[in-house]
Amino acid sequence: MPKLNMVKALNLALFQAMEHDADVLVLGEDVGVDGGVFRVTDDLQRKFGSQRVIDSPLAEAAIIGTAVGMALYGLKPVCEIQFSGFAFQCFHQIENHCARYRARSQGRFHIPMVIRMPYGGSVRALEHHSESEEQFYAHISGLKMVIPSGPRNARALLAAAIRDPDPVIFFEAKALYHAAKEEVPEESETVPLGRAQVAREGSALTLIAYGAMVRVALEAADVLRDEDGIDAEVIDLLTISPLDRDALVTSVKKTGRAVVVHEAPRSFGPGAEIAASIMDGAFLSLEAPVRRVAAHDVPFVGFAREKANIPDVPRVVAAARATLAF
Amino acid sequence: MPRITLEPRFQVEYLSILDSDGNLDTALEPKLAGEDLRALYRAMVLGRRLDERMVRLQRQGRIGTFAPIKGQEASQMGSAFTLRRIDWMVPSFRETAAMIWRGWPIEKLLLFFAGQLEGGQPALDQHDLPITIPVATQLPHAVGLAYAAQYRGDDVVVMAYFGDGATSEGDFHEALNFAGVWHVPVVFVCQNNQWAISVPLKKQTHSRTIAQKALAYGLPGIQVDGNDVLAVYAAAREAVDRARAGDGPTLIECVTYRLGVHTTADDPTKYRTEEEVAMWEQKDPLTRFRAYLEKRNLLETNLEQRIDEEIAEAVRRFESAPPADPLTMFDHVYAELPADLKAQREEMAAREPAVPARAGEPPMPPPGPTPMRGQRLTRR
Repeated sequence: MPKLNMVKALNLALFQAMEHDADVLVLGEDVGVDGGVFRVTDDLQRKFGSQRVIDSPLAEAAIIGTAVGMALYGLKPVCEIQFSGFAFQCFHQIENHCARYRARSQGRFHIPMVIRMPYGGSVRALEHHSESEEQFYAHISGLKMVIPSGPRNARALLAAAIRDPDPVIFFEAKALYHAAKEEVPEESETVPLGRAQVAREGSALTLIAYGAMVRVALEAADVLRDEDGIDAEVIDLLTISPLDRDALVTSVKKTGRAVVVHEAPRSFGPGAEIAASIMDGAFLSLEAPVRRVAAHDVPFVGFAREKANIPDVPRVVAAARATLAF
Repeated sequence: MPRITLEPRFQVEYLSILDSDGNLDTALEPKLAGEDLRALYRAMVLGRRLDERMVRLQRQGRIGTFAPIKGQEASQMGSAFTLRRIDWMVPSFRETAAMIWRGWPIEKLLLFFAGQLEGGQPALDQHDLPITIPVATQLPHAVGLAYAAQYRGDDVVVMAYFGDGATSEGDFHEALNFAGVWHVPVVFVCQNNQWAISVPLKKQTHSRTIAQKALAYGLPGIQVDGNDVLAVYAAAREAVDRARAGDGPTLIECVTYRLGVHTTADDPTKYRTEEEVAMWEQKDPLTRFRAYLEKRNLLETNLEQRIDEEIAEAVRRFESAPPADPLTMFDHVYAELPADLKAQREEMAAREPAVPARAGEPPMPPPGPTPMRGQRLTRR
């Protein structure tokens, strides 16, 4: 099995999807000749031609809007929005149309498209290049919101997203693009959307995370084991919406304690929905309130102050200890 | 360095064939068979009569708010008339006459305006998008459809509708730009009815015409007398033929007028004068086309009466449609209902009384995964 970083793993998923299905197209800014600013679409245009890997004009709304039209016709466009911070220029197309066409047309049409966006901080980037705004998409019914945490699941989730008959927002953590290599099988592999995975089994406490925060949660679990002798379970959501509530409830029924970790600002973020789901499904098992470790409710901090804003291992460990001591 | 004038110099044409005084430019008169002219007139009259009927239905509370088309029958019918069944129509929300011509049953449109989503479902073999309400957002969809058709090698033209207000939206400009760059078979039909609710055209744009906006995107643009169905037809014919021949998109500006309200929730006396409306009533598209047909001895007898009967029957079908079953709101959210939504559906089922199935009607199918329905009707 070759060892690939997340960029190469995503590229492999795209390549195989396009090879397998002539209806799969890629479009976005700089995705063709340049292979995308992060090189995720590298070499695809050379292999599949400029009609299938489209260097679009620079306009997010029309990238998504024309992809909706392609999907209405039966194609399966995979769009790249260069940074998730720019997606507000196409947010109306996503909310008004991607998410609603199936309902509006009562099943006559559906929108089998994927919108890939690099998200998140810790890469010393400018404003609009560092945000974590998955909560907006997770709130929209009709969309699926997926965030992988490493090369292998990134590839398998992207392959599943492209095959999915409904629109999928696919966030790729910039911090993970080159962070690590994993063995990724050459033959096509998918994992089902809407299912969380237990990234590490434990019994004393559940840490819930996704995307780049899974790594932070796993490291925090190591610290808790080494320094406190505590055995923390780590759940990797993989899909934010639809949320795998059963996985959360099952874990918390076992551990009685939960800490949610995300890069999105705390208020009205995914952590709130996760905490409410745990309350609904595992209230009588709870030994402590569900805690959230999240970015602060500020618009933008600049990378010089980013470290104090994005959850890190010490903050997660501290929250876990407070939960255990409650 | 010199300052030079770039060539070519651009120009915008204005096309009028049959004016409001009944003058006809026979050199430009489209060669339409008598049967086609009758069908065209019939569709326009149907649009007008239904509009009037719908206003009454709305006032009686039998349907909700809708956008009447009165005055714009020539703009939408002259253009839609050039489409074949395999072509695609992308409407906004003021194209009732054209939508019915394309195959939407009247009762379905009434259902739509009665708040029932069933009214927005095109038939499987119908190449029409449902009504889009957010202004101009449907225009990129038209470009995407056209791209997909071209990609598949299908002989298909896409026609998209919008108003003068839409030309201020970013999506309008992005759609024209993408269409130009991709050189796709799409025809943009602007029904410039002079008013975007209360804002007149002169406050919407400083351009002399809307048609000229096409030139910036490298497309041909033409302005036509939108109350002259022959001129609209001729311009649309040319644009559709160009698209079909692989020669790219066109913008058609139909200069028309909304004789009625923006929607049934609007009071135009607040922003425009009776004199202005009266002046445009003199240019009514139906009056001049009727006179033209009369001269050619093509008028059908009792047409209005027969159309009214057809509308009355459709209204009866609309009113005997089953009531909206709340539980079906979960049927078309995703291909497969996620666990969350299943639970919400069960919550509702326990709360809401069951909607009795009408005698003689099959019961609603049970909810569950809806089949994947490919939209593809043609194959590469």
